[in-house]
Amino acid sequence: MNQAIISAATEGGTNPLVPNPWEMLVVFAGFALLMFIVVKYVVPMFEKTFAERAEAIEGGIAKAEKAQAEASAALEEYKQQLTEARTEANRIREEARAEGAQILAELKEKAAAESARITAQAHTQIESERQAAVVSLRAEVGTLATTLASRIVGEALSDDARSARVVDRFLADLENQNAGVAK
Amino acid sequence: MIALALPAQDSGTFTPPGIEELHLPAIIPWGAAEGFSKQMLLVILSVVIIATFFVIAARKQQLVPGKLQFAGEAAYSFVRNGIAKDIIGGRDFMKYVPLLFSLFFFILVNNIYGAIPLIQLPTFSHVGGAYVMAAIVYVTWIGIGIKRNGLKYFKLATVPSGVPFYILPIVVPIEIISNFLVRPVTHSLRLFATMLAGHLIVMISGAGIEFLVMQESVLLKGASVLVLGGAIAMYMLEALIMVLQAYVFTLLTAIYIEGALHADSH
Repeated sequence: MNQAIISAATEGGTNPLVPNPWEMLVVFAGFALLMFIVVKYVVPMFEKTFAERAEAIEGGIAKAEKAQAEASAALEEYKQQLTEARTEANRIREEARAEGAQILAELKEKAAAESARITAQAHTQIESERQAAVVSLRAEVGTLATTLASRIVGEALSDDARSARVVDRFLADLENQNAGVAK
Repeated sequence: MIALALPAQDSGTFTPPGIEELHLPAIIPWGAAEGFSKQMLLVILSVVIIATFFVIAARKQQLVPGKLQFAGEAAYSFVRNGIAKDIIGGRDFMKYVPLLFSLFFFILVNNIYGAIPLIQLPTFSHVGGAYVMAAIVYVTWIGIGIKRNGLKYFKLATVPSGVPFYILPIVVPIEIISNFLVRPVTHSLRLFATMLAGHLIVMISGAGIEFLVMQESVLLKGASVLVLGGAIAMYMLEALIMVLQAYVFTLLTAIYIEGALHADSH
């Protein structure tokens, strides 16, 4: 058995550390070709993809940040507008209330003035009617009394001026009498 | 029965397959011994596979990637961020991403061949490829060091700062040996040896199973099941090591480049 191994080793004559130059050449050429392809195509393509991806991700982040900033700005604006609208509404309501109160006051004033005016008018009318009544009464009482007296005396008091004097005197006496009674 | 199945041996002895089994006959022979071998075909195939996959995956350049593009980007980012950015650092790692990326996937695919049925041959189980890869890295990091620091780089790389002068006669030769001589050798042989050993283990397991099954004794036939279990475990371990070695090779490259870039601060 040992002999077989030894004979195999010597017959083959293969020292494993002695290279085959043709194989070395093929390995070198193959590796050089691979290096060329890798340098020329593979690495640039992968690096380009990586760079584009990084850019896309960073760009996406920037875009998202911008969108968020815009959204928060819009929100701020809407809030401000809402506040303004509320203030405006409050102001309008206050104004309306004040205006309403003013209108009410004006109406009340107007009504009071009207009623005063009507009262005053009524007073004047009553006074004038009373005056008219007094005048007509005086005239009628005078005529009635004269007629009565003439009937009683039986004498026509044709002299109007005299009779009028008599009546006036009578009435004055009557008023004096009344005044005396009143006292 | 026995002679037909195992032409190289009789039923009494087990001859394990040796290193010569790794050297298959050339597909297209030329010259005396050398020709267009399976390894060469696999190397060319690996370039086609890697280039096709990544060019198709990267071509669409969609911001929201599809499945294929996502897989390509994950693989690319693994080298770009997981190795280049973490080791070399944030400022100038991009310049070295293509090299590290190509190294990782070139070695990964060529290693994984060893775990694919029918192909079942890691390219770097032949030492030539590993020498070439390590040499490319060796030239690269020394070139970077000289470009960054001028010829002073060799002093920076071999004379550590803060070491007492009387120890320097010992330290400097050690640094020279470890950085400029041992480094490329270990870098290449690590890859080569793990691939070779893994391939041999799988081959020996296979041969061992075949040998045991062919035995007359039922007990020996049954023992082949145990070997099969072991072979599957070794196969899984090999698959792990294939990925791991591609990662280690690339990681060490990144560390060497980083060391050359920042030689003055080490």
